[in-house]
Amino acid sequence: MTLDPASLDLKVGFEIHQQLATKSKLFCNCGCKEADSYDYTFMRRLRPTQSELGAFDPAAMFEASKMRTVEYMSATGSSCLVEADEEPPHDVSREALETALIFSLALNSKVMDEIHVMRKIVIDGSNTTGFQRTMLVASGGHLDVASKRVGVQSICLEEDAAKLIEDDKQVRKYDLDRLGVPLVEIALDPVTGKPDEIMQVALTLGRLLRASRRVARGLGSIRQDVNISVQNGAVVEVKGVQQLDQLIKVIEHEMQRQHGLIVIAEKLKERKVDAGKVGDRIEDVTDILGKAQSKIVRQIVDAPDSTFRAIRVPGFAGMIGLEPYKDIRLGKELGKLVGFYDLKGVFHSDELPNYGITENEVAAVREKLEMAADDAFVIVGGPKDRVEFASAAIISRLKAAIAGVPAETRSATPDGKTVFLRPRPGAARMYPETDIPPIPVTESTLASLTDSVPRSWDEVIKSLMKKYGLNEKLAKEIFDSDYLDVFEEIAGKTKTPPTFIASKLTEDVTSLQRQGMNASALTYDMIKEAFAKLDNSAIAKESIILIFEKLMKKQAQTVEEAIKAAGITSISDEELSAMIDKVINDNMAAVKEKGANSLGMLMGRVMAVARGKADGQKINAMLKEKMQKLVNQ
Amino acid sequence: MAKPDSGGYRGAGLQLLSRQGVSVGDSVRVATEDGEMFGVLMPRYELASDDYIVIKLKSGYNTGIQVGRIKSITKLQKNEAAATKAPEIIEDDRLPKIALISTGGTIASKIDYRTGGVRAALSASELYASVPELASHASIDPEVLLSEYSENLKPEHWTMIAEKVVEKIRTGKYRGIVVSHGTDTMHYTAAALSFALQNLPVPVVLVGAQRSSDRPSSDAALNLLGATIFAIKSEYAGVFVAMHAGTSDDAVACHIGTRVRKNHTSRRDAFESIDVTPVALVRNGAVEMQEKSMIELAKRSDDKIDAKTKFDDRVALLKYHPGFDPKLIEHIAAAGYKAIILEGTGLGHVSKECFLALQKAVDVGVIVCMTSQCIWGRVRMTVYDTGRDLLGIGVIPLSDMISETATVKAMWALANTKNVKKTMQESIANEISSSIPIEKA
Ligand SMILES: [Zn+2]
Repeated sequence: MTLDPASLDLKVGFEIHQQLATKSKLFCNCGCKEADSYDYTFMRRLRPTQSELGAFDPAAMFEASKMRTVEYMSATGSSCLVEADEEPPHDVSREALETALIFSLALNSKVMDEIHVMRKIVIDGSNTTGFQRTMLVASGGHLDVASKRVGVQSICLEEDAAKLIEDDKQVRKYDLDRLGVPLVEIALDPVTGKPDEIMQVALTLGRLLRASRRVARGLGSIRQDVNISVQNGAVVEVKGVQQLDQLIKVIEHEMQRQHGLIVIAEKLKERKVDAGKVGDRIEDVTDILGKAQSKIVRQIVDAPDSTFRAIRVPGFAGMIGLEPYKDIRLGKELGKLVGFYDLKGVFHSDELPNYGITENEVAAVREKLEMAADDAFVIVGGPKDRVEFASAAIISRLKAAIAGVPAETRSATPDGKTVFLRPRPGAARMYPETDIPPIPVTESTLASLTDSVPRSWDEVIKSLMKKYGLNEKLAKEIFDSDYLDVFEEIAGKTKTPPTFIASKLTEDVTSLQRQGMNASALTYDMIKEAFAKLDNSAIAKESIILIFEKLMKKQAQTVEEAIKAAGITSISDEELSAMIDKVINDNMAAVKEKGANSLGMLMGRVMAVARGKADGQKINAMLKEKMQKLVNQ
Repeated sequence: MAKPDSGGYRGAGLQLLSRQGVSVGDSVRVATEDGEMFGVLMPRYELASDDYIVIKLKSGYNTGIQVGRIKSITKLQKNEAAATKAPEIIEDDRLPKIALISTGGTIASKIDYRTGGVRAALSASELYASVPELASHASIDPEVLLSEYSENLKPEHWTMIAEKVVEKIRTGKYRGIVVSHGTDTMHYTAAALSFALQNLPVPVVLVGAQRSSDRPSSDAALNLLGATIFAIKSEYAGVFVAMHAGTSDDAVACHIGTRVRKNHTSRRDAFESIDVTPVALVRNGAVEMQEKSMIELAKRSDDKIDAKTKFDDRVALLKYHPGFDPKLIEHIAAAGYKAIILEGTGLGHVSKECFLALQKAVDVGVIVCMTSQCIWGRVRMTVYDTGRDLLGIGVIPLSDMISETATVKAMWALANTKNVKKTMQESIANEISSSIPIEKA
């Protein structure tokens, strides 16, 4: 079933996180590069902190309840004592700050008179300090998308987090390379429209940033968080949307999920369900479930220090399992919620008896909770301390169900769905980074940057067409690809026609990706090496795509290996001549019958054996010459 | 100097705020030519320019607004700071008792808007509340003695701390004493307590933090926990410093009070034992004694504490360098100093141009001692002519005593002993080691 975005009052706000291509990181002199190997590993534990305003932050406590050991892996050159939280931050990178100011000017945003670096508490271990350093650079402004004008809320400059390598529930491992890489975060006003129109907004902003030539490209260099709401709902933040086609699916899914939750809420309101009564009775039911034959239950019961707790939910009978749309139900939300506490065992009365839990056990639970007919229950099981946290979370989630959509942070799945990540953090999670004094921004600084404001996308495309003789389609494609910089470098250095280079890097790479191959396995250095080989005639034009294919399929680690694996050998003119003679001889009957008209067929047969070993034009010329002679005979 | 309630604002900013009756913590609407901004008025770093006021926006970000651009600022709601209540401490009488004497520093700190830095502010009891694991090891009896950056501490503060430790020990209630301290001069205080408090019946452990306790990554908690566990479980008495053993949050090293030095400006493991291995590591709640330590430690005892807590600060620590002006020595002697600790080069040398000035100083009764700026290793002044000449002048070689320890010791010896020269050359609190292990610590 499809929903009408307009009648639901769908609103989508973007928060784009774009890595900058600066020489050094935001608060130290390390390079923004990925290390090949690590040379030092250390271990830390983070603790929640008292925030500036004095109150303990509930979301921080929430994360802290999952506190565990964190291991950091580092490499000289890409991390130093600053990343290890063993040295105070240096001054903000001038280059990064300038870039953020340039973006602010490009978006007509009002730059702050004085910029203050803040500490945003993040205690999942992705920052060695336990906070992310971030600063509000500008607010307000607008972006023009087709005929629409989209408002800008804020432009922030912040440090990227460390990359999670492994999480085995005991130890989390992070790579420090990415920690401290400058990111510009741009938050846009919510927009309305169809999901594909909304996608245009993200596309346009991305293009504007790229036109500055100051941003990093490649996988993970741009990440977007999406705030999605429908009428009578709350704002849901979805993290980790990597691709634009995934974005459309995420918006469609959230629209359905949020509307589904509102449908459930309306039914609960009709029943006059009292939020204050959710969880008015909580009982330990370990003894009841302890006898169950259920496999899931047995696993939990057999673990040490485990417990089962039943929560009475008055008025919710039939509502936890209700499915207004496929797979959209409160029960599923609860499942993901307890997953946050590393718990698996959550059951509710709408789905029982099931999972090996019998009628008798259900009845016993109902009796213990003294339930009325229209009451529901939720049972959660696992280690005692986590069950404690999870019960509180379940109660607050079910209370929120009466209001409809809870404000929370969800993460996007690769197939375009969303799952619960954590509650939305409030403002209390920030306090000043006192190691760095405030940074005043003068009118003269801004004036000096106006020349660096990126030209419009149209202008950039026109200049690419002119400079490299590309057609419009190819110019757009190469600009939108991850290969613009490497394209320009190769086009500037070799005598290969730019159109050929651009088409290999766009059409061919895209077609290989469509076949399921991984473009991230094809590095810029590999691309440059392949074109350098073409430039000095070590390989033929046709070999480029064969090399890319082997590399993207990970059947080769280097260009040399790919050449071997693809069976590319440059053959001599004599060998080529013999090869063509053999094809003509093998097809002599057809040649005699069709004469010059058999040329096309012959070319195909020759290419089948000679592709990548010799230049196509050369093959064509040689074949024609031979045919000419044959026909003349 | 700004008035205490001005939140660090001065000049134009302060004028604007007092005119409008707005104070720090109030919710405000600020109108400028670019529109309106809503937020909570924040304190101003006193050392930053007075031309801006700072508000915390609803998003949590602070931002500075130029006073000249402000058309109006209106108070929407008065500051209603919620009082933060530290959880009550429930005493468990079965656990060993530890006295925690707080003197300030980063182990107990909060944000300070006066300088824009981090300031000693949390009470010892708040600190106790923020390290809940302490409760399973000890019953902590906290007391705030001082709230000072350690760079502001003077010998008179050492006396105060020493006397407080004596007072606590004489109650007979405590299994050990923990002293929280700013890290910059913690090794000086450790040396001072080592000389002032002899015959200690229990361990006295100094502890600090290199990352302030307002941060999730602070080393304060692990260090405090390590210090407390060592104070309870160590079979040895004496003065120690407990700090991170490495950059990881896994072990705390315990150093002898006279043999430890802050060797890094910012790392967690800045404190290192010089010429000895640390006495112990505290890991996973247990004390692991380091066998390689060649120093003999005193065991816990029922002895009466021998307290000599006075210091005479007429001591100068002089670091020799090429181009060093011998007149400095003359000025110091003329200014009434009683002792000079030289930080000489290599095995204990200064240039021959200093000889005359040194001779004069010795002749007027100034005690001149030699340590090495090499930090590691022993001075040996019989190897080269220069050393032999300095010995002839009457310069006293201090073996492998750390120069900072030597300075503190001279202050103590001047105030408490008759034969200062002799005292300086004796090992009283393991400040001189008889042999240095081959393997570097
Ligand atoms: Zn670095």
